[in-house]
Amino acid sequence: MADMVLETRDLTVQFGGHVAVDGISTGFRAGELTAIVGPNGAGKTTYFNLISGQIAATRGRVLLEGRNISRKPASTRTRMGLGRGFQLTNLFPDLTVYENVRLVVQAHQRKGGRLLRLADSDDHMRDMTHQALDQVQMRVQADKPVSELPHGDQRKLEVAMLIAMDPKVYMFDEPTAGMSPDDAPVVLDLIGRLSQDRSKCILLVEHKMDVISALADRIIVLHNGALVADGAPRDVMASAIVQEAYMGRAQANV
Amino acid sequence: MMVKLLSGDKPGSVLLSLILLGIFLSLAFAPFLFEGTRALDTAARICVFIVLVASYDLLLGYTGVVSFAHTIFFGFGAYGVALASIHMGRSFEALAMGAGAGALGAALLAAVIGLFSLRVRAIFFAMITLAVASAVAVLVSQLSVLTGGEDGLTYRIPRELTAAVTYGQAPEWRIALPEAVAPGTEEGPAMLTLGGDRISGKIANYYLVFAGSLILVLLMLRIVNSPFGRVLQAIRENDFRAEAIGYRVVSYRIGVTVLSAVFAALAGSLFAIWLRYVGPDTVLSFEIMIDILLMVVIGGMGTIYGAVIGAVVLMLAQNYLKDLMAGAATGLADVPYAADLLNPDRWLLWLGVLFVLSVYFFPTGVVGRLRGKRG
Ligand SMILES: Nc1ncnc2c1ncn2[C@@H]1O[C@H](COP(=O)(O)OP(=O)(O)OP(=O)(O)O)[C@@H](O)[C@H]1O
Ligand SMILES: [Mg+2]
Repeated sequence: MADMVLETRDLTVQFGGHVAVDGISTGFRAGELTAIVGPNGAGKTTYFNLISGQIAATRGRVLLEGRNISRKPASTRTRMGLGRGFQLTNLFPDLTVYENVRLVVQAHQRKGGRLLRLADSDDHMRDMTHQALDQVQMRVQADKPVSELPHGDQRKLEVAMLIAMDPKVYMFDEPTAGMSPDDAPVVLDLIGRLSQDRSKCILLVEHKMDVISALADRIIVLHNGALVADGAPRDVMASAIVQEAYMGRAQANV
Repeated sequence: MMVKLLSGDKPGSVLLSLILLGIFLSLAFAPFLFEGTRALDTAARICVFIVLVASYDLLLGYTGVVSFAHTIFFGFGAYGVALASIHMGRSFEALAMGAGAGALGAALLAAVIGLFSLRVRAIFFAMITLAVASAVAVLVSQLSVLTGGEDGLTYRIPRELTAAVTYGQAPEWRIALPEAVAPGTEEGPAMLTLGGDRISGKIANYYLVFAGSLILVLLMLRIVNSPFGRVLQAIRENDFRAEAIGYRVVSYRIGVTVLSAVFAALAGSLFAIWLRYVGPDTVLSFEIMIDILLMVVIGGMGTIYGAVIGAVVLMLAQNYLKDLMAGAATGLADVPYAADLLNPDRWLLWLGVLFVLSVYFFPTGVVGRLRGKRG
């Protein structure tokens, strides 16, 4: 699987007796947007946590561009090009919108060790930060503390932070959950545009079927931690196992 | 220019700016404004403690790391100067060597403590520092050949920094007072005279301490506003996410522990130069650790300016509360209970009351309150 940007091999994690992710082996290509679906508790977020290093695997490996990164801390994986977004809002609440994004840019440029410069004196960093904020139309809120933002804007900021990382692999975990009908298209358009870039590999956990059909090149289905279906959106949606494992819930959800 | 010196970190409130300016001017002109050696001694202690508390704020306020070993690093710097002065003889080289060696030793110890404990969990770090603090205190009192034990060490510093040398007279400022305020004497119009004292090496010593402290505080202000400083704040806010966006949290925590130890050691060196004596009680005791904690909390965490306010308030309270109470007790000698309550022996009680009140009314410290933020 030489052309895979990201690969997991027999990736497994067990919490006590409960197997939350169960031997997932698959790979993700550049230029491909893969939707990851499955009912609540299927293990989607946990699968992400294993890939980006928030939790350690019980068994199996994660490979980024062919290199085994299973033992690397999350910060290293991020700097190597894994862009992890979070399902639950997970920001720096007392810092401003601008500073939240600027910190990401600074990490990306590996300038966090500088002691004697002023944090905001770097023009290039400032431009990158503004660009990322523009992408989600949040430049006007740049100076607000994050804790004062409505939920939808916090979700948009989450996306802006991913953009600012300029990663090889984007990992979106239900990016539009809880967003207003006005805000969701901003984010979905953005993801659509990213998916046009043939060098980017995108993983998207998403429940809404219309979103998936519009954006995804491929769907993988998780159920009880295992990968149970994998293929083109049309085929996967029609298959019996998905009807049973997932569609019932999705329909109830719409 | 001013803003640049402060690294763009403006105090953020007019009242706070005025208070800070007042403190700065009082300390800058302390030898000429206040009379007596005790006042000068208090001013020097305030300078040293501002640095010490600010360095602790780097850890607690900016990064959210709790340490009980800060006095050890303070002690490293102080004993460094003492030992170098004893073994190399009185000289400025000895002071510099001692300060350098103390800072280096503090950095190494901090790195070792950090490497062993911060990798595990931040709470573990607090416990380890407590253990190391006790161990070092015991060690210092046992190794009396080297450290002088409980008695500590006295040593000589360059003559230029002692009262033995005179640099001249302080200029006298004569301010003519309006007749109405102070009726003239036979000799002529009323004059208010300021200064005029002998400028001794002690005053030069004070300015060494003052300038050193000022530079160190400005340096820390720069560091907290640097890219590194912002990462520290991010870690305090959400260490999980700081790691996720690409900062190795452990490394930053170890880094700031080392930095803060170096600043504490340098504060200790200044203290040792000022006192010409070091001992476990003056630099290593647990009371000093508690003082540091109180000063950080009273002044406000995560704002270097809080250290300034906290150190001034507590230092003045500790040095002058007793006198104030003695005065008040005499004045109220006839009032039942009041005189008893204000008995100078109860000054600690009143300090405690002051502390509880300040935490109750200023949960974010004096600085937090003046900046208009609430807990
Ligand atoms: N740290 C943990 N410790 C113990 N159990 C966990 C942990 N993390 C996840 N789990 C369990 O693993 C299972 C998978 O959870 P996960 O959050 O990955 O599901 P999900 O597919 O993302 O669900 P949702 O659609 O609700 O986001 C759940 O049963 C959850 O309770
Ligand atoms: Mg999830």
